[in-house]
Amino acid sequence: MRVALPKMNLFSLAQAAQDDYQKIDHLKVISGSNQMTNDMEEACPSAVLLKSMGLTPKLSVRHLDFYYGATQALFDNNLDIAENRVTAIIGPSGCGKSTHLRVYNRIYELYRDQWAAGEIWLDGANILDPKQDVMELRKKIGMIFQKPTPFPMSVFENVAYGLKMHYALSKSELADRVEDALRRAALWDEVVDVLHRPGTALSGGQQQRLCIARTIVVQPELLLMDEPCSAIDPIGTAKVEELINELKDEYTIVIVTHNMQQAARVSDFTAFFYVGRVVEFGTTQQIFTNPANKQTEQYITGRFG
Amino acid sequence: MKPRPPTGRRLADLLVKIWAVASALVGIGILVWILSGVIIRGASALDLNFFTKLPTPPGMSGGGLANAILGTIAMTVAASVISVPLGLLAGVYLAEFGQESKVADQSRFSANVLMGMPSIIVGLFAYAIVVKPLGHFSGYAGVVALAILMIPVITRTTEDMLRLVPNTLRESALALGAPRWKVTLAVVFRAAKAGLITGILLAVARVSGETAPLLFTALDSPYWFHSLSGPTPNLTVTIFNYAMSPYNDWVRLAWGASLVITVGVLAFTLLARFVLRTRT
Repeated sequence: MRVALPKMNLFSLAQAAQDDYQKIDHLKVISGSNQMTNDMEEACPSAVLLKSMGLTPKLSVRHLDFYYGATQALFDNNLDIAENRVTAIIGPSGCGKSTHLRVYNRIYELYRDQWAAGEIWLDGANILDPKQDVMELRKKIGMIFQKPTPFPMSVFENVAYGLKMHYALSKSELADRVEDALRRAALWDEVVDVLHRPGTALSGGQQQRLCIARTIVVQPELLLMDEPCSAIDPIGTAKVEELINELKDEYTIVIVTHNMQQAARVSDFTAFFYVGRVVEFGTTQQIFTNPANKQTEQYITGRFG
Repeated sequence: MKPRPPTGRRLADLLVKIWAVASALVGIGILVWILSGVIIRGASALDLNFFTKLPTPPGMSGGGLANAILGTIAMTVAASVISVPLGLLAGVYLAEFGQESKVADQSRFSANVLMGMPSIIVGLFAYAIVVKPLGHFSGYAGVVALAILMIPVITRTTEDMLRLVPNTLRESALALGAPRWKVTLAVVFRAAKAGLITGILLAVARVSGETAPLLFTALDSPYWFHSLSGPTPNLTVTIFNYAMSPYNDWVRLAWGASLVITVGVLAFTLLARFVLRTRT
């Protein structure tokens, strides 16, 4: 496909990186600090809401645009994610929920023709800054995908994979941490006898919990879940939801879901997305009982989507 | 609506079936014919001498092709040592890094063209770049020709096999903070292992039976195989030379060599299929 927008060959990528960097530098100069530009609080209702509730945002998305080649998929997204809370992203298929989530850990960079513009602030640093170390970023921000994707190795090695990469551990420490993660993912009892069998031999629900164990073992601060239950049965779903409830004390969780009951059950805050925009943000209670926006209401009540 | 009787469709169905079965039988029949000929005539040529002795001058019986067997093995191994890493890495580049970029597209196109290149042309190329400058035939030239034939085969099968690995697997590994090379080696390669081994084995099977690329490069030699720096004895060119000679003994050795090379290639092909089946 020929792309009208900046072509992502190496040269223009480097050029774009340079431009971006200069832009960021420029912003720093005018704002006088390396904090994000907070000129647009009104434009970001989530920031206002979190502030009024006395909550700290873990991550702040500002003016995020996203493109698949020449097609723009996200338009000026602004969203704050509260620390140690569960934020659900809901909306009809194709509205950009997953796309939005996939920018947080820059996983979209695997694909040549996808690119993002805007700012995402995490602990005072813009993660879209080309100078951001993506490997460190992804250690901080774990991600669970729609379909369980166990690596072609044993159950134990699946969990140990990320751990060995990020930490220097003795054999016994490694085994302890793997066990701990599997216990926290409520999977230990089911796999204790098959630790050295292939992870792919587990059932779908078990595989998904294995993926969760594999992600939390590296101790991320933020957990992204992209429809984590869409490929597993109701029992597996219940277990994963239980797990989310247990994890939310320690982690900041963002979950994309098609299942509105699930969003209502597990989340504290809900953002409603529609055609690439953040249409409404509020406490889950407010969104589901008293939505301010007409589109949100129509979606919640099942009139479209 | 007037119903149309099914007679015509049934007849067409029957004809197509007969045609298909007949075509299959012709193909299989020819294969059986060749194999039985090679086995019957080749087996009688195989004895201990065949695997342990040098070929004898015309008129003397009792020679063997030990030198050619060694030479063929040595050249195939050397060609694999060159082409397997290159082919694998090129495949990794195409599937993982280059993807749809211009450089990747052009490399892919070149690999496809190279795969269809008549092997005698590749032999001539090796003659021009190795034999001519060095001034003599050598096993190295043969190795270069064989490696050139293997690289595109391994490159393309590697790319195809890596592309079969779902992107979700790459994403999950990258999402854990793994660097790209580690994802490729530890996760993607592992997932595609059976396919990669199959590709390599098929490439080896393909070149180990090649004659044309060795004709102007390794040539052949009736002496013991010592090194690749001079004309190197090998089975395929030996078959070519001996089969057309007027000496019964040499013709007999050619049949024996044909059987050995056929069994070797067949073994590699079967091994490749076995690997693919047990691992998936």
